Amino acid sequence: MQETSLILNKYEEDFDSISSNNPKWSSDLRNKAMDTFREIGFPVRRKGNEKWKYTNARPIASVEYSSAKFEKIDSDDIKLIAPWHESWINLLFVNGHYQETFSDNLSTNIQISNMASDDLAVNLTSNVGGIMDYSDDGFAALNTAFMSDGPIITVPEGENSGIVINLIFYNQGLSDTVNYPRVLITTGGNSTVNVIENYVGGSGDQTFTNSVSEIYVGEDATVNHYRLMNETDDTYDVGYGRVRIDTNGTFNSRSFFRGCGIGRYDLNVSIEGENASCDLQGLYFTNGAQHMDNFINIDHVRPNCQSNLFYKGILAGRSRAVFGGTVLVRKEAQKTDSIQSDKNLILSPHAEVDSKPALFIYADDVKCAHGATAGNIDADTVFYMRSRGIDLEAASRLIIYGFAGEIIDTVEIPELRSYLAESFLNSLPSHRFEF
Amino acid sequence: MADQKVISRQTGVEDTQYKWGFEFDIESEVAPKGLNEGTVRFISAKKKEPDWLLKWRLKAFEHWVDQGDDASPKWAKLNFEDIDFQDIIYYAAPKSSDDAPKSLDDVDPEILEAFDKLGIPLHEQEKLSGVAIDAVLDSVSVATTYQDMLKEAGVIFCPISEAVQKYPDLVQKYLGSVVPYSDNFYATLNSAVFSDGSFCYVPPGVRCPIELMTYFRINEADSGQFERTLIIADEGSYVSYLEGCTAPMRKSHQLHAAVVELVALKDAEIKYSTLQNWYPGDKNGEGGVYNFVTKRGAARGENSKISWTQVETGSAITWKYPSVILQGDNSVGEFYSVALVNNYQQADTGTKMIHIGKNTKSTIIAKGISAGKAQSTYRGQVSILPGADNARNFTQCDSLLIGDECGAHTVPYIEVRNPTAKMGHEATTSKVNDDQLFYLQQRGIDLEESNYMIINGFCRGIFKELPFEFAMEASQLLRVSLEGTVG
Repeated sequence: MQETSLILNKYEEDFDSISSNNPKWSSDLRNKAMDTFREIGFPVRRKGNEKWKYTNARPIASVEYSSAKFEKIDSDDIKLIAPWHESWINLLFVNGHYQETFSDNLSTNIQISNMASDDLAVNLTSNVGGIMDYSDDGFAALNTAFMSDGPIITVPEGENSGIVINLIFYNQGLSDTVNYPRVLITTGGNSTVNVIENYVGGSGDQTFTNSVSEIYVGEDATVNHYRLMNETDDTYDVGYGRVRIDTNGTFNSRSFFRGCGIGRYDLNVSIEGENASCDLQGLYFTNGAQHMDNFINIDHVRPNCQSNLFYKGILAGRSRAVFGGTVLVRKEAQKTDSIQSDKNLILSPHAEVDSKPALFIYADDVKCAHGATAGNIDADTVFYMRSRGIDLEAASRLIIYGFAGEIIDTVEIPELRSYLAESFLNSLPSHRFEF
Repeated sequence: MADQKVISRQTGVEDTQYKWGFEFDIESEVAPKGLNEGTVRFISAKKKEPDWLLKWRLKAFEHWVDQGDDASPKWAKLNFEDIDFQDIIYYAAPKSSDDAPKSLDDVDPEILEAFDKLGIPLHEQEKLSGVAIDAVLDSVSVATTYQDMLKEAGVIFCPISEAVQKYPDLVQKYLGSVVPYSDNFYATLNSAVFSDGSFCYVPPGVRCPIELMTYFRINEADSGQFERTLIIADEGSYVSYLEGCTAPMRKSHQLHAAVVELVALKDAEIKYSTLQNWYPGDKNGEGGVYNFVTKRGAARGENSKISWTQVETGSAITWKYPSVILQGDNSVGEFYSVALVNNYQQADTGTKMIHIGKNTKSTIIAKGISAGKAQSTYRGQVSILPGADNARNFTQCDSLLIGDECGAHTVPYIEVRNPTAKMGHEATTSKVNDDQLFYLQQRGIDLEESNYMIINGFCRGIFKELPFEFAMEASQLLRVSLEGTVG
């Protein structure tokens, strides 16, 4: 226990040292969050800790990090490791600090401001921290206390240009550092926005990315949200997505996991308006000693809403994947239509998948279903392909690709879709599968 | 089976749907309220137990005290006030049983009458399609029928307290081997204070000629029931075992914390069926039995099979996960369940299938029905361990909601650590289909009957796994429990 208190001291020191530089509007929020963190600490309890049942947070919590400092880097290097396109608005953050935008001057009605500015209008800052409830989550409290630069994306009413905002959070990989990306997206009525969040980088010993994104989907609005995790195996990553959907709103999420040592994405979607819907899909491909935990909650508060939760996993090496999906249908949420599914392809005898697709239903006039499967490559399918002259390795790759393609194909931004397809194919393990 | 009085029987109790809520006026010998080392020694002495068993009980008691009340499982989706474990009678026995009856003729006629009233005829001449019954009243077994036939087949079926005396080697070898005394809070408590229960041993190659049945009844007020059942199917044997239970209606809650252990050796099969009908409490959620039960089977030998079938309609709170540990290669585990909750009942029930051996198979079919203000949860775990090559699991859990004030929840845990495993889980939740109701009603069947027909159909797949008489009984029980849920 002594060890832990030492580490907590380090956060205290850092908190004191940053507080003078922080914008004034945020000091109340930060102080409150820090108080919560002091009170609850990290979710390292192993017994009776249902939210962290299959992921041990202790390795992440027991490192003495210092807050990562900004260092300017060559943006051309970034273009090699993250998706980007000239027609997108590309924003680069290094170690949690804003560096530059590398796009041609695109004119857009969408307002993007930096959270770290002191002179923000109240209507922008008032929403920060409005959706993320950190009261029982130490990591989220920590992010709220320490956040620095971060985009506040405000989409005006009726904005439908279809522009893509590409956020690249690059972790330079300085040993024992932590960075705190923070995003806020608010959409006005009847608008549409596409946002990609990339978490890339790492190397060095034990770096930690602790991010929070808050998304408000307005009336009749649509948010298409993409999240890519592609960090090195020395990196820990605990990320939060907090979403609120208003009447007739639509939230589409696509989450892709390619790498990091221990990763967790905690996505919570609250459907608070009638006739709203969300479609959350994800693909996780774990290899080596990676550990990925997708922890997803959908909260149906109002009637006549739909939700679809569909994740697929491919597990190789000694990796471990966790899927914790929960759909809650409250008493008032009659006529809910909800589907939840988690499918896993296990390629290695040393990999492990733990899946917990749960349903909590308090309304009777609903249609809810869930399913989960796990298995390896179907030997009959491979046999069929080989009988047509396709060799074992190609056949296996084809099957795995087909499995993953079901998610990749739903990406509606063409440049991103081809980027994902290509990078996925390249990352497939090249060893021969045993049958 | 024209006669519907296997377990249920109208008793003339007014204003209630629970037909088994009367209490018998039988003189009992009870231990003083509360639990301490003395209580454990008292029970053990009453049973004239050998030293090893007393030591085992004391070890369990010590463990239970050490871990404290806080160790009681809190993860289940159940709401209830903390239990005062010092406010329970841990041992209650009908007085007359002190001079152990040698045959049914010696059994106190009052007890025979009592069981007759429950619809459990203990007189062998009233043959009940060949079911051998061990009747347990409060803490002790009062009668076991069909001893001659069982003896001829070589099957041992007797109260566990008797087995401890007569077959100590068997009991010592297997007791606690599937559910160790330290397994969980309630199992530990049971290990310390268990009173009676059934013991069954089927020798190699024997197919038990009749169905075995234990009937449990809590009678004494403020008493808990802590029975312990141990069934061993030796190589190549088969046994089908049924269990039924009821309790009087009381304003206070009664605790029932049983442990059931099954052991199936090579090529053996055990089929275990439960019709759980403890007093569920009244319409306002007052009273009722807390049913906190640990049931586990070890499919130890190759090609062994353990099948659990349960129909759960009673109890204020059910906390029960009949599990199978699939150790032997090619072993099979099955779990079929109907859980019906009404009024303020709560059920958190399901199963665990732990695949260890190669080519092991498990099937889980669970049906949950919630009505009134009740909450039912399916909680199940399927674990496929690294050595379980070609393991197969299929899980299906469906929930039906009747009314908009109840809840139905599904919490599966799926842990796969072997790539050759194939497992699938599916679950649905819905209400009774309006179109089906409309169709039945326009054919002149009233709403309540239509509802019953659809729900009975929903459960049919499970009922057909029950022995015939039990299936009829389950259907009846369903009808009674559903009364007043529509309209």
